[in-house]
Amino acid sequence: MPEGFETVIGLEVHCELSTATKLFCSCANAFGDEPNSNVCPVCLGLPGSLPVLNRRAVEFAIRIGQALGGDIRPSIFHRKNYFYPDMPKDYQISQYDQPISSGGRLALPDGSVVGIVRAHMEEDTGKSTHIGESGRIHGASHSLVDYNRAGVPLVEIVSEPDIRSAEQARLYVSELRAVLVATGASDGRMEEGSLRVDANVSIRPTGTTDLGTRCEVKNLNSLRSLVRAISYEAERQSALIAGGGTVSQQTRHWDEGGGVTQLLRSKEEAYDYRYFPEPDLVPLVPDDSLLSAAAAGVGKMPSERRQSLAELLGVPGEALAAGPVADQAQTVIELDLDGLVIGAVACGADAHLALARAANEGASKAEGARRLDAGTFAGLIKLESGGILSATQSKAVLSVLIDEGGEPAEIARRLGFEAMGQSDLDELVDSVIAANPDEWRRYQEGDDKISGFLLGLVMRQSSGKANGKLVKDTFDLRRHAGTASQG
Amino acid sequence: MSILDDGVVAIAEAVRTGTVRASDIVDDTLERIDAGDADLHCFLTVMADHARERAAEIDAAVQAGVDPGPLAGVPVALKDNLCTKGTLTTCSSKILGNWVPPYDATVVERLRAAGAIVVGKTNLDEFAMGSSTENSAFGPTRNPWDTSRVPGGSSGGSAAAVAAGFVPLALGSDTGGSIRQPASLCGVVGVKPTYGLVSRYGLIAFASSLDQIGTFASTVEDAALGLEAIAGHDPLDSTSFDRAAPSLVESLFEGVAGMRVGVIDEFAAEVSPSCAAATFAAAEALSAAGAKVERVSVPEVLHGLAAYYVIAPAEASSNLARYDGVRYGLRVDAPDVATMNALTRGAGFGLEVRRRIMIGTYALSAGYYDEYYGQAQRVRTLVARAFERAYRDFDVLLAPMTPSVAFAFGEKTKNPLDMYVSDVCAVPSNLAGHPAVSVPFALGEADMPVGVQVLAPALGEAVMLRTAMALETAAPRNARAPIVGRDPRPRPLATEGAIDA
Ligand SMILES: [Zn+2]
Repeated sequence: MPEGFETVIGLEVHCELSTATKLFCSCANAFGDEPNSNVCPVCLGLPGSLPVLNRRAVEFAIRIGQALGGDIRPSIFHRKNYFYPDMPKDYQISQYDQPISSGGRLALPDGSVVGIVRAHMEEDTGKSTHIGESGRIHGASHSLVDYNRAGVPLVEIVSEPDIRSAEQARLYVSELRAVLVATGASDGRMEEGSLRVDANVSIRPTGTTDLGTRCEVKNLNSLRSLVRAISYEAERQSALIAGGGTVSQQTRHWDEGGGVTQLLRSKEEAYDYRYFPEPDLVPLVPDDSLLSAAAAGVGKMPSERRQSLAELLGVPGEALAAGPVADQAQTVIELDLDGLVIGAVACGADAHLALARAANEGASKAEGARRLDAGTFAGLIKLESGGILSATQSKAVLSVLIDEGGEPAEIARRLGFEAMGQSDLDELVDSVIAANPDEWRRYQEGDDKISGFLLGLVMRQSSGKANGKLVKDTFDLRRHAGTASQG
Repeated sequence: MSILDDGVVAIAEAVRTGTVRASDIVDDTLERIDAGDADLHCFLTVMADHARERAAEIDAAVQAGVDPGPLAGVPVALKDNLCTKGTLTTCSSKILGNWVPPYDATVVERLRAAGAIVVGKTNLDEFAMGSSTENSAFGPTRNPWDTSRVPGGSSGGSAAAVAAGFVPLALGSDTGGSIRQPASLCGVVGVKPTYGLVSRYGLIAFASSLDQIGTFASTVEDAALGLEAIAGHDPLDSTSFDRAAPSLVESLFEGVAGMRVGVIDEFAAEVSPSCAAATFAAAEALSAAGAKVERVSVPEVLHGLAAYYVIAPAEASSNLARYDGVRYGLRVDAPDVATMNALTRGAGFGLEVRRRIMIGTYALSAGYYDEYYGQAQRVRTLVARAFERAYRDFDVLLAPMTPSVAFAFGEKTKNPLDMYVSDVCAVPSNLAGHPAVSVPFALGEADMPVGVQVLAPALGEAVMLRTAMALETAAPRNARAPIVGRDPRPRPLATEGAIDA
């Protein structure tokens, strides 16, 4: 980025809704089925077929709009006309200038706020697979089309151009994903295409308010792609400007393998979609029954969940904007493990330790961890904080607990994690002191840097059974005793 | 003479009571088609095996004491833009020349449930775009009254099939007069119901906001009975009215005494003297039957045609986009998809269809949308309001149906605007979504039939058909079909070479 320039980013996030059936017919909305097995005259766009709006999809769209603070209004559908083989009718039924939800905002964990322009409903297209070396349509020998995805309900959430960095874009999509999952409207699985992102990227002199000429980057199917593509595109535009050139408005394709964006269409080649109101559908007026049905079953929003954790940890909300605790909090929320932490604390577990174990060890086995009983998890945390189990032992017990279930104390016994008795520990500490007189003298003289060396020896010789905190206490006891006797 | 000529009501009654077998009726129908349709070309597909099977089922039901329904044993012809499971449905287009739908249109299911027997698929202007059937990719249909003349269109095959006495009932679709205009030209009754009264599910779309399915029959009562069977809410069509099918036959004979009838002034100057005269004669007949008849000016209706010829092509350009060679129908192979699309559509669509796709695409284009499509929609609103205003003072309106009697082949194919003007009296009802019916009322030039149009407000079918019934009662019998037993006056096609077949 040249000195004095900033990146301006607006995102369009397409979210597949977790309805049982498609947007305009009763075919299953399912991922990964045999190609062209979930199709009917309507979603194949056969002559004479007509769409009928899925009420459940409308409820989900309303939930999303409400979660983003949008204004839910009467809306209509339009036809977006363009030819593409995976689009059965050669038009897409989509909302246009009268979307179901207008306006809104999304507060990110870093404290920034991104404005929302609108959230609108539309149908998905089928999926083309181009057979040939490039995997793209150019140079393909032939293409296969799977219409299972055709007609799957989508909500497109369009942000204001309020995002200023690739990292903030990542945070936005990640937070939006959590919101979508919380509404129950989406499973949020980017790897299955449930969330797809297009990024509008431009650059401009810092401090100015006019928007630069933007390029739309398509095919961003992971957070990693999103960050890389935006960074690349900002650099590309910067290089153009630095070289005395100008950015021209384009639609560009992110090539994940090559790590570059490539020209798809110039402004002159942009489609004229010839939008007009869809005559086969009637206006969508959200009545009270629809609004109350939409309100039912909405989970807590990620921002509320962060606030709950902050209260639990006894830190101000802003403390969860950055730092290791913030990362842990974000992780447990994303993995839906914050409930486990909160439950364990209610059962008397230490909040910070419970959070750390859930965010680190729980994360690697999130699905199992979500099934853990909060009381059982609390029992384990208490064994660790009470010095009965070392950190290493506690992690091992947690792993077994998640995989097999059971009682923490019983698992610890089975694994041979009998906590080392104080007399055994005294003996081990004395033997280490005897074997390392120089180091012990330096420690006694107040050189705390050497403590790690002594502690490490004890931990190693105890084969991890000693509790680190107790070992430290035992050394300290010896030092105080020595100091006292000298005095 | 066959019971076929006694019409829908008589046939259903005879079959339900076991007086006549449905199989015999079907045999009569198939025999007539076999004998006469080589000349007229009403049918694109005759479903002889299907019809015989269905007739046997119905006869068995009657034997077993089960009532097959209000249309028991009635042979019905379907315009070939109505989907029939397992039977070719072509829209008279090469692009769908090989297409066999995997499902039945809702109206087809309803006909079956009412005991009717589908006997075949009838010819139309390609994708219902035209007023003469000359735009059919499979050759035109001829008017049974005079085979040198067109039957009208786009539902020309259905109108002619009823007029010829092949079937007592037929379905068509009316987007801008496509039921009523051929009904008028063939001397049969043609009903376009209120938009939303009959499900469009399975009707291959031309202009979705205007298309409506309706019935052809020789009499108002027969047409009404057919409409009763196919009307009513369908969850598969979001634009269908969420209410039960109305009762139409019940009040048909209650007469028009005290009814307020307005005769629209504006159309008189748009039509031939014989068509105008028929309308005034009809007004007098209603007056004589006790109606309170007055002239009414509804100037907005004359703007309907221009609005129609923007809105209908605009919607058509989108509705016909799916015929791209990818999934079904014709495909002309090419090295890449875009070329394949273009070659397929170029080869598959006829001239008029291509013309309307171009017009419609233009009307929706960025920078032109508001000037054309937007403006046309505003005119549409004005037309609907003008009718609303008129219906404050009148129960029904009376108007001519067509500018002239059936014209000769080739007469209007050179300048498309000449053909478009055929719809001038018809399109306002489509724009407003209101019902309208054409009733045979007189003989005009060359002794060809002339229909008169009765218009009513939305869901005003009952009062509209009651008025039509009164007209039918007053009309001379020789003004209406079927014309079986008369001299069909076969003449050579006037301008054979001019037909784009
Ligand atoms: Zn489907």
